[in-house]
Amino acid sequence: MMGTPIEARGLVKRYGEITAVDHVDLTVQAGDVYGYLGPNGAGKTTSLRMLLGLIRPDDGSARLFGRDPLLEGARALDGVAGFVEAPRFYPYLSGRSNLELVADLDGDGARGRIDEALDTVDLADRAKDKVGGYSHGMRQRLGIAGALLRAPRLLLLDEPTTGLDPAGMRDMRLLIRRLADQGMTVLLSSHLMAEVEELCDRVAIVGNGRVLYEGALGELIAGTAGRYELRTTDDAEAAEIAARVVGDVEQTSDGLAFSADESTAAEITLALGAAGIGITALVPRTATLEELFFRMTEPSNGRPQLERAVV
Amino acid sequence: MSAATLPLPRAARRPGVGAVYRWELRKLHAQKRTYIGLAAAVAIPLIFILALAVDNSGGGPEELPFSAFVRETGFAIPLVCLAFGAFWLLPLLTALVAGDIVANEDQNGTLKTILTRSVERWHVFAGKVLAALTYTAVLLAIYVSVGLVVGGLVWGFDPLTTLSGTRIDAGRALFLTALGTLAYLLPLSAIAAIGLLLSTVTCNSAAAVVGTLMVSIFMQIIAAISALDALDPYLLSTQFNAWQGILREPIDWDPIVRSAWVCGGYALPSLAWALTAFLRRDVTGG
Repeated sequence: MMGTPIEARGLVKRYGEITAVDHVDLTVQAGDVYGYLGPNGAGKTTSLRMLLGLIRPDDGSARLFGRDPLLEGARALDGVAGFVEAPRFYPYLSGRSNLELVADLDGDGARGRIDEALDTVDLADRAKDKVGGYSHGMRQRLGIAGALLRAPRLLLLDEPTTGLDPAGMRDMRLLIRRLADQGMTVLLSSHLMAEVEELCDRVAIVGNGRVLYEGALGELIAGTAGRYELRTTDDAEAAEIAARVVGDVEQTSDGLAFSADESTAAEITLALGAAGIGITALVPRTATLEELFFRMTEPSNGRPQLERAVV
Repeated sequence: MSAATLPLPRAARRPGVGAVYRWELRKLHAQKRTYIGLAAAVAIPLIFILALAVDNSGGGPEELPFSAFVRETGFAIPLVCLAFGAFWLLPLLTALVAGDIVANEDQNGTLKTILTRSVERWHVFAGKVLAALTYTAVLLAIYVSVGLVVGGLVWGFDPLTTLSGTRIDAGRALFLTALGTLAYLLPLSAIAAIGLLLSTVTCNSAAAVVGTLMVSIFMQIIAAISALDALDPYLLSTQFNAWQGILREPIDWDPIVRSAWVCGGYALPSLAWALTAFLRRDVTGG
């Protein structure tokens, strides 16, 4: 009855010759903490702007809880809050006045949530100061507070930790985690793998305006499993024994590496034990999100860059 | 919990133009540039009065309506101020806010902040138009009031000689000054509408303020070219003289009526164009 929080189909946005967003499909289900991961310039912010109705797609459609912001205007944003790029406020008004302003444009009891929102983002004691004097981190937190005034069921955040110091980043991530735990659906755009790995359960990886992977983060990483690193008391002997079981064993700078499933890996340990070789380490190596990210977003041959240079 | 504290249904509480308008006024109230305009509206009549008071030759400004009577009654002061304010002063002070009110949101990046709440784009635009017009009216009211009150204190609230040569008492003079000020508000509002248009389409506050002033001065130049006299009735600069019809006996309404539709002819298409641009634009700043 409520509709899918985000359903984007075939979103396209062109700026002259450049296609910033190229047929992007995006589905975010209720309860997801969804990572929208891509390098700078991949079209993340442009996509978010289209979702929020700030810019018109050249093609395709976006729906939030079943409502298209292009057709229904502000009503499509009921239950939705967030910001694109850095949140912006009026520098000549205090933090509290800024929140009062946006609350009055929300209606629906938003004013009554100001104190709670200020407490949540830990800005209560600076609320009387003009935003012009706020640090980047404080503005970022005020942006979250502004979003919370709408009591959203869906929160769209565009690189919320960018430009924060390590403590600020940690606090921001804890806050997002806490909001997600309260049942909020979150779309988090980011170019930070660690952040997405820590917070998100589903991801879309985008590059050059296209979605390169879309799905559960766990599945993505599990799909790369099956590589093991092995160190023993006698690597030379162990390499021969292991090769008899799995065929191909690689000598690395600090041990051995091979590909095998779990039961085959166990078989090797038994064979080594029988041969009197001690195992000092057997480590399953999954690819990190970072490795996958670069594998997907950086073309192995240099052609795309070359084409761009010629243009 | 009592029934009074229960939340109303969502539909009953949707904010609209009123919420935007109130906050636009509060934003104007908190910005320096608003006070630059208002301070000038206070200072210029005062400087004019001071210059008259220290000038012992007994002369006054030439070739302006009521300039011959500036030392006879304080009522002549705001009327002379209206006459010379039309050249660039009041259009500039009007443009200072009207040209800024949309563009500053672009430059601050705050347009996305207010357009991702529960108000529609046309609510935001209408609230800004109303706020710019309110500022324009307040600006003009201050400008006239300062001239009238201080002029009256210096030269007395004596009877005024109308443009028809008749003498009217203080009450009638006050009433006609107020009426004339309202007539003056028509072309000034048209200037504000042009300022709003330039503010919306240029997204640049300085360009919009200067552009508005250029439009205003451009029309005065056309008015000064005698070969183009046929255009005069349709120029905004001409409408800045329409209020003089009110200070006649009997009142000459013809220029006021023409001013109303000519000013509407500038203001309404400007606002319609600006609204269309505002509704369709991609908000990419910030």
